[in-house]
Amino acid sequence: MKFTLSWLKEHLATDASIDAIVETMTMTGLEVESVENAGEKLKAFTVARIISAAKHPNADKLQVCQVETALGNLEIVCGAPNARAGLVTAFAPIGTYIPGSGITLEPKPVRGVVSNGMLCSGAELELDTDADGILELDADLKVGTPLAEALGLNDPVVDIEVTPNRPDWLGVAGIARDLAAAGVGKQTTKPILPIPGRFPSPTKVATDDAQACPMFAGRLIRGVKNGPSPAWLQQRLRAVGLRPRNALVDITNFLSLDRARPLHVYDAAKLKGTVRARLGREGESFKALDGNVYNVMPDMCVIADDEKVLGLGGVMGGEESGCSETTVDVLVESAYFDPTRTHATGRATGIISDAQYRFARGVDSGFVVPGLELATRMILDLCGGEPSDIIVAGEEPAPPPAITFDPDRVRQLAGIDVKATRVRAVLKDLGFETSAEGQSSKRIIVQPPTWRRDVEGSADLVEEVARIEGFDKLPSLAPPRAAGFRPPPASVGESRTRLARRAVASLGYYEAITWSFCSRAQAQAFGGGSEEMLVSNPIASDLDCMRPTALPQLLAAAQANANRGFDDARLFEAGPAYANTNEGGQQRTVTAIWHASPPRHWRAAPQPDIFDVKRDLMIVLEALGAPVASLQTASDAPAHWRPGRTGALKLGPKVIAYYGEIHPRALKAIGVEAPALAFEIFLDALPAPRAKGSRAKPPLEKLELQPLTRDFAFVVDDGVSAQDVVRAAFGADKQLISDVALFDVYRGERMNPGKKSLAIEVTLQPRDKTLTDADIEAASAKIVTAVVKATGGTLRG
Amino acid sequence: MTDLPTLERDLLARAEAANDEASLEALRVELFGKQGSISALMKNLGSMSPDERKTYGAALNVLKDKITETIVTKKAALAEAELDRQLQSEAVDVTLPPVKPRLGTIHPVSQVMEELAQIFGEMGFALEEGPDIETDFNNFTALNFPPKHPARETHDTFFMNARDEKGERKVLRTHTSPVQVRTMLKQKPPIRMICMGRTFRKDSDATHTPMFHQIEGLVIDETSTMADLKSVLIAAIKAYFEVDDVRLRFRPHHFPFTEPSAEVDVGCDRSGGQIKIGTGEDWLEILGCGMVHPNVLKQCGLDPEKYQGYAFGMGIDRLAMLKYGMPDLRDFFAADTRWLKHYGFSPYLLPGLAQGVG
Repeated sequence: MKFTLSWLKEHLATDASIDAIVETMTMTGLEVESVENAGEKLKAFTVARIISAAKHPNADKLQVCQVETALGNLEIVCGAPNARAGLVTAFAPIGTYIPGSGITLEPKPVRGVVSNGMLCSGAELELDTDADGILELDADLKVGTPLAEALGLNDPVVDIEVTPNRPDWLGVAGIARDLAAAGVGKQTTKPILPIPGRFPSPTKVATDDAQACPMFAGRLIRGVKNGPSPAWLQQRLRAVGLRPRNALVDITNFLSLDRARPLHVYDAAKLKGTVRARLGREGESFKALDGNVYNVMPDMCVIADDEKVLGLGGVMGGEESGCSETTVDVLVESAYFDPTRTHATGRATGIISDAQYRFARGVDSGFVVPGLELATRMILDLCGGEPSDIIVAGEEPAPPPAITFDPDRVRQLAGIDVKATRVRAVLKDLGFETSAEGQSSKRIIVQPPTWRRDVEGSADLVEEVARIEGFDKLPSLAPPRAAGFRPPPASVGESRTRLARRAVASLGYYEAITWSFCSRAQAQAFGGGSEEMLVSNPIASDLDCMRPTALPQLLAAAQANANRGFDDARLFEAGPAYANTNEGGQQRTVTAIWHASPPRHWRAAPQPDIFDVKRDLMIVLEALGAPVASLQTASDAPAHWRPGRTGALKLGPKVIAYYGEIHPRALKAIGVEAPALAFEIFLDALPAPRAKGSRAKPPLEKLELQPLTRDFAFVVDDGVSAQDVVRAAFGADKQLISDVALFDVYRGERMNPGKKSLAIEVTLQPRDKTLTDADIEAASAKIVTAVVKATGGTLRG
Repeated sequence: MTDLPTLERDLLARAEAANDEASLEALRVELFGKQGSISALMKNLGSMSPDERKTYGAALNVLKDKITETIVTKKAALAEAELDRQLQSEAVDVTLPPVKPRLGTIHPVSQVMEELAQIFGEMGFALEEGPDIETDFNNFTALNFPPKHPARETHDTFFMNARDEKGERKVLRTHTSPVQVRTMLKQKPPIRMICMGRTFRKDSDATHTPMFHQIEGLVIDETSTMADLKSVLIAAIKAYFEVDDVRLRFRPHHFPFTEPSAEVDVGCDRSGGQIKIGTGEDWLEILGCGMVHPNVLKQCGLDPEKYQGYAFGMGIDRLAMLKYGMPDLRDFFAADTRWLKHYGFSPYLLPGLAQGVG
């Protein structure tokens, strides 16, 4: 909402500067978007008069002018064809920045003649004029007058953002009220004097729907002479960006901005019968003032006469029934339309007019008839005519309910000490009526004004007092610091995320944050993309589905990096994956990808493979305190992982992590070059830490006796996994065997086809006595038996 | 009898002349082995008279010790020289690069979240969590955005195809405030919590991305006031920006879920093209806050006559930009390794109040 300083001063007597006014507005809750002073950029320009103009000696299209200026008589070169003796125009001295051309004037000769300044056109001053050549100003202006003053541009325009709870601020008078309450001046809005009707209105008004339009007031003014409105009114509207039309329409626009009171004027000659507010009917339509034809819906409030729909109530009037320069009898409408319905109609039709904006937020329900009286006064003043009686259909909506209020709530809730008398004074300044609840009560009864339907309870009244007193009066206290032990502020999941994030980053991966949504095609290639995971109004068609995993986003990012020439992308994300939309359907994951080009290194490093990401994964799991020794490795994984080169780490039935290569088909589906390695940890699947009890660790068992190792090699079928051999060996003697490490895999000419040799090193840890040769023999035999039994293999001779 | 001084001179000369350990060893065997010449002289002592044996024997022992010592010393010197030679020959070019020298980085948003968790944790705020896909009730209705209310439209909400049990479309949470609702529904006051996480609005331009991060704080008890809110925020903002003379300005504003409501501006300097916090005459809006609206307390099952408290919310991405100078929000989510490397943090740089949060 825009208004000018001079407009505000029609309602507020103040000596405060525009800066002080803006500061007060800001500190009482009126958010000032901008203050523009068109005069500001014209500061250097003044009015000058051309004494004489002669042809330039060296150029056909230039003239050399003698000019009377604020700096005395000067010689100025000018290219405008309308430069002539006696012309009063705009002058810029040397050193002036010319906004329209972006240059600063320098004292340099133009074709051999020095120009001591410049005579300016409207375009050079960025003024809204169509005329060619330099400005032609009023001949009576005094030389040296500031140009901004001469053009009437010395009036700052304030643009404010009004929060939806304060429709009363959509009128200049309402802004003045709050500024006066905040102490920047005295409100001077003039009282409205009713104008008696001279005759009964021949045109009747009615409302058929007390919800959609509780109150509809109208008055006929006959014998008006409509035409352009006076200069002051045109200038006022132009200054805030409105185009003047004719006096009747300009008056309604003016009051909409001045009092937040939208009105409508009908050319009575074009009305048939009663003008009524009612709900729309299927099949109805009308041509609106914006030239578009709108279909009316049954949930919209329309204004109709006996024959047709005239307009949408509180939204936009019709073209046909509107006022023009030929209007003689005018029906003025002042009504109250339901905010919610008006809002919905605005949404459905796409019409956001000044009226719609105000009715949707709620206009002053007590100002329906006063607004009509004020409009009458202006019409009679500007257009003449004779008013009828006022007809009121429906009833004024009940005022907002009174609130029983304890003034001490201001201190209790806001923390500012304000005396009860001051509380009542502030509320009174804002238009609230207050009265004591009773003789013995501290409490007061507060009646909010009809323009403050946002005020519903004590908290709202506290805000009114606190903001007028000023939030800068809020005392600043020492920040509270809780004493003693507090449980850790972060959840287990969050703590794990933090640990994992730093562990993965320390292994050379960059942490990325990518969108929670991806394309449905990406989701489908990675095990998701069901109907329920779709966003119904995505911001872009490739971000229309909640991601089932962070993999596609990270892989696509790696490819994008490669396309830019950075092709060793190791990226990870500690973020959500979305399995479904239910509670608990969001999983906390840590997903890392390694999309590497073949490494080039003087030490001939091998191409990274599944065992590199497995190594990284195991380090991260260890950092997380996961029970690494108890994890089982399986080879089943979702279809976007490459079969035969993917492992799943499980704890019982729960999958803790996947690692390996991404399926080339999945990569192809999202446009990423193979191969790509990845691991994905499901943090919520890790067992919960012990909830209670001591933080102490079990005592360290430091055995005195030296451990010893023995090597075994087994020939097994190709399908037998290393894990099978290691686990069987471990299980052979759980007391004695402290470690089993696989150190060799051999397939080759010395093996039968379909067979391989797996060699393990078993560590025996004696506990209470040194092992004899016989003990060692017995343990070795147990190991061999256990492995052979579990794998069907043989000890390699 | 052998002339010992002459013998000594000869033998010492031979030991000194040896140029490797092997010839020294050969000399030792030649002299002191079973068949060695000195050993033979020792054996001969038995055939001498007691007087002769005494003087000659003593002289022979001195000679033996001297020669032995010389051989040992010489041997050690040769070993040293040999080691030097060997190390010299095994020298490498120490400027060659190791395999993949690389440390990853932590995303600035993660780093800032941990900084904020530290700051508010120290002030006794627990960290709560909630899902990104929310019910209409938690995201709007419980927060005093009644159904069909125009205020809902200011949020540019993403709606899911999926619906909740009331038949309402689920939404991607437009703010972290639903976690307030969840906390109040599950826990009796006093409540002192923050939550952080992803939030979503259908908005995309130079300063908005459809996904962004927020931090939310909530305190509910029977006495907390707007002055307490102000005090906590001042302390937090100072701790976060690590400057003591931060200026904050509390401005009345309107939010459906708080009453009174305020926006908070931080004093800054925009003159250099970059925003500097802690100096200058300009203001920058950084957060919204207020006293929890009685309707919100009611919707969450708390008696507004008994309980009161405050809430605040800030954009984490913007806080990160202001402190660490990233110019463009969109880069945060582009996973460009150049950006991640440049603006990311070492994983060993743990935020903590004892060592400075950032």
